Amino acid sequence: MKEGGKKSMASTDVAVGGGPAGVAENALGKDNYLTHGRGLRSWLLTLDHKRIGVMYLVSILSSFLLGGIFALLIRTKLLSPGTSALMTADQYNQSFTLHGAIMIFLFIIPGIPAALGNFVLPLMLGAKDVAFPRLNLASYYMWVTGALLALVSITTGAVDTGWTFYTPYSTTTNTNVIAMVAGVFVLGFSSIFTGLNFVVTIHKLRPRGMSWFRMPLFLWGIYGTAIIQIMATPVLGITLLLLIAERALGVGIFDPALGGDPVLFQHFFWFYSHPAVYIMILPAMGVISELVSVFSRKHIFGYKFIALSSIAIAVISFLVWGHHMFVAGQSNLASMIFSALTFMVAIPSAVKVFNWIATMYKGSIWLATPMLYVLSFLFLFGIGGLTGLFLGALAVDVHLHDTYFVVAHFHYVMFGGTVIAFLGGLHYWWPKMFGRMYSELWGRVGALLVFVGFNTTFFTQFVMGSKGAPRRSYHYVAEFQPYHQLSTIGSYVLAVGFVIIAINFLHSLFRGRPAPANPWGGATLEWQTSSPPPHDNFAVSPAAGDPYDVEDWRYDREIGGFVRKPRVGSAAAS
Amino acid sequence: MAETIEATKHSSDHPAVGHVLPFRVLAAVWLGLLVLTVITVVVAGFDIGNFNLGVAMAIATVKASLVLLYFMHMRYDRPMNAIVFVSALLFVALFVYIALLDTHAYAPDLIPGYAPELTR
Amino acid sequence: MAEAHAEHRAHHFETAEQQFESGKLGMWIFLATEILLFGGLFCAYAVYRSTHPEVFMYAHRYLDKTLGAINTAVLICSSFTMAWAVRCAQLGRRKALVRLLAATIVLAACFLGIKYVEYHHKWKEGLLWGKRFHATLEVPAGAAPAPPAVAPTTAPAASSGERSSIPAAAIGPRGLAVPGRPSVAEGEEGPPKNVQVFFAVYFLMTGLHGIHVIAGMIVLSLMLLRARRGEFGPSYFTPVDLAGLYWHLVDLIWIYLFPLLYLIH
Repeated sequence: MKEGGKKSMASTDVAVGGGPAGVAENALGKDNYLTHGRGLRSWLLTLDHKRIGVMYLVSILSSFLLGGIFALLIRTKLLSPGTSALMTADQYNQSFTLHGAIMIFLFIIPGIPAALGNFVLPLMLGAKDVAFPRLNLASYYMWVTGALLALVSITTGAVDTGWTFYTPYSTTTNTNVIAMVAGVFVLGFSSIFTGLNFVVTIHKLRPRGMSWFRMPLFLWGIYGTAIIQIMATPVLGITLLLLIAERALGVGIFDPALGGDPVLFQHFFWFYSHPAVYIMILPAMGVISELVSVFSRKHIFGYKFIALSSIAIAVISFLVWGHHMFVAGQSNLASMIFSALTFMVAIPSAVKVFNWIATMYKGSIWLATPMLYVLSFLFLFGIGGLTGLFLGALAVDVHLHDTYFVVAHFHYVMFGGTVIAFLGGLHYWWPKMFGRMYSELWGRVGALLVFVGFNTTFFTQFVMGSKGAPRRSYHYVAEFQPYHQLSTIGSYVLAVGFVIIAINFLHSLFRGRPAPANPWGGATLEWQTSSPPPHDNFAVSPAAGDPYDVEDWRYDREIGGFVRKPRVGSAAAS
Repeated sequence: MAETIEATKHSSDHPAVGHVLPFRVLAAVWLGLLVLTVITVVVAGFDIGNFNLGVAMAIATVKASLVLLYFMHMRYDRPMNAIVFVSALLFVALFVYIALLDTHAYAPDLIPGYAPELTR
Repeated sequence: MAEAHAEHRAHHFETAEQQFESGKLGMWIFLATEILLFGGLFCAYAVYRSTHPEVFMYAHRYLDKTLGAINTAVLICSSFTMAWAVRCAQLGRRKALVRLLAATIVLAACFLGIKYVEYHHKWKEGLLWGKRFHATLEVPAGAAPAPPAVAPTTAPAASSGERSSIPAAAIGPRGLAVPGRPSVAEGEEGPPKNVQVFFAVYFLMTGLHGIHVIAGMIVLSLMLLRARRGEFGPSYFTPVDLAGLYWHLVDLIWIYLFPLLYLIH
């Protein structure tokens, strides 16, 4: 049912009565996707992308909590350099392995695409659902299965190989590698099918008038991510299958005594795992593109550059995996090639950063909570990305490899980049998802604590690492203790920040101000339906327009949100 | 609830969507594949050194192309499907090429006969 | 008429064509992931064959070329019946569709049967992968009998002044091959070292392929059941089409596996 959207868009009336909500307002207490169909079965068997997104959100946040607990245990142990009553050295190895594996495979890889992308993608397209709703639900259950297998591993011997599972240790250790690796294998399929679904949705379900270059940049980010999910993850799949075969059957493909090659394992592993980090960051960059325009009240600058840079990052990400293997026994020839290519991959990322900053320039900056995360991202991702170049320089990496410098680098990009952007996106879309506004004050407090806590924790590690502190090490020399202690204090501040964020969100679900349809003045299509949206997404199918035409919206004090400015010469709204 | 074929009253010979492969094309491709298989086996019987692998792969690629273009309708489908498939092949080629490059480059560094027994 | 179309169309698609093309694109993307999955194994093959060519030359003779060729023909025929089945679905020929799907499944079963015969032979002879390899290998024709197994010696001691805690390496029949030279030491005749590498690659590649054949048979059986119930016709044959695409991929992979594993010369 495609009517001209403009007439109904101009309505600022708040509907009364108990029927489905009108287009421009809050739908709490009325029929929305949360109330449409009740009971556990309606959730567990749902085909609604919004409900699947919410289930993913709860699941991955729980994983983040579990992974975070391991992190805090590690940081607490590291307050002192010697043997600790808190955990043995073997338990320490298990802790950092599980921290890494949980955070990477259960939280950050599904992360933004599964939790936010699932919810927002069809809405941004003005569509009713993704291309394959049943596959979407299956993806979620694959995530659950993978998580259960990981739990089995954790509770029956765990894993102590590091999340990288390098041979020959992973083929000979007596911890429960197979269960964990099987879990990751299943999680890989969850990721593949999500990517598949998103690619087909973007290709086939765009509305009339939404050409590729009229699509929100978040979707370009999701699309680039999906390319990597589809092309890289199967190689992880075969790597894990080979690892299981090696352990269970003694296949010998990575065992030099049987004619195998352990370095080949690393080639296999990193062919996925390097592009994987771009699975982590591309959606985050997509979120930032949305937020920076809305909260600068200004059209995005350099749309095409940002859009195409997502694809460039996706493609170039496949060319650099050997930079993880500079000291692994890789030949000098390959190392030099990979080092040069690594410098190339930074370029499209930098293009994005410059365009975001240009968007802010002469904008009307609104320091709402999501924008605080945008500013944090620019700073933290900047540091993370630049330190990646330090590590990409072959000669420098020889000294920095396996030190805390690497740990700090990837936390700056994954945490300071992806998690910060995820929090920004969550704060941005929360009112749409749940129909509630949270407290801006506590939102900002949380953002600030996270920023301060994060830098305290991880900047210290850059310094430590450049002084030679090795990573993954239960014991350390006394000279590093002050750094470790500072880092641990930072981690506790981080934890407090997250607790505040969590309480803020949970409180909003019960006591938050009902959210209008468009609290932030976004011009993308998800803001043109009620908060929360109805089951079918749109009472009236919106017409595709310029997704960054934020100046077309003005703030209306009465409803505490944004409404479209009336058009000159159009029929007056009733 | 199944829709039986007999119930469709409209021109049932032509599907609503998609392209129908004429039977003669189907049969020709099938026979071609079998002939090419025979050729592969026969050529493998002659020793032409390094070219054996090349020829075998070339014939396999012709067979694969027949399957892709006709049995899998790639010739009649939207180009995006072909782009997706070919991209996958390119990524595999990239992976194999670099892995070969590296393993050959570090092979001289390997210590002959060094193979410590791994213990569990 | 419109109702017959609308029945099969999910509510989030606007036209049957949009739905059909979406399904096709989705399946092609899935096939791409399968290419990358097997691609890893082709990479392992390429690496090991190029660094141990003599192992592959020697060991592949233990594979039965005739059975391999027959299996190739079997899969080609199954692709033929599958493509024909899709055509019948498109034209509404239910009986032919059912028969051709059944034929495809039977041919797939033949393939697995022949594979079983091959695997069984390898198992009996001990021609297995890695740790499980325990065959008595023939000496290549014309060579002197293999010398008795050499007791492992240790590598030369490290230079003076260094005391490493890494245990000394064993040198012997299970050591690494030196590239460019056969893994047989100078003056020795006999089968090359590390023959088990070939069988590791062989079983991994054909094993994973076999698992995909089994999965394909399950999918095709489901299609067969649905076809018997008359669910497919000119207005809706997408599942058959998509299952066909998967099946052709299984054939495609074997088209490459056959010469690479059986026809090395």
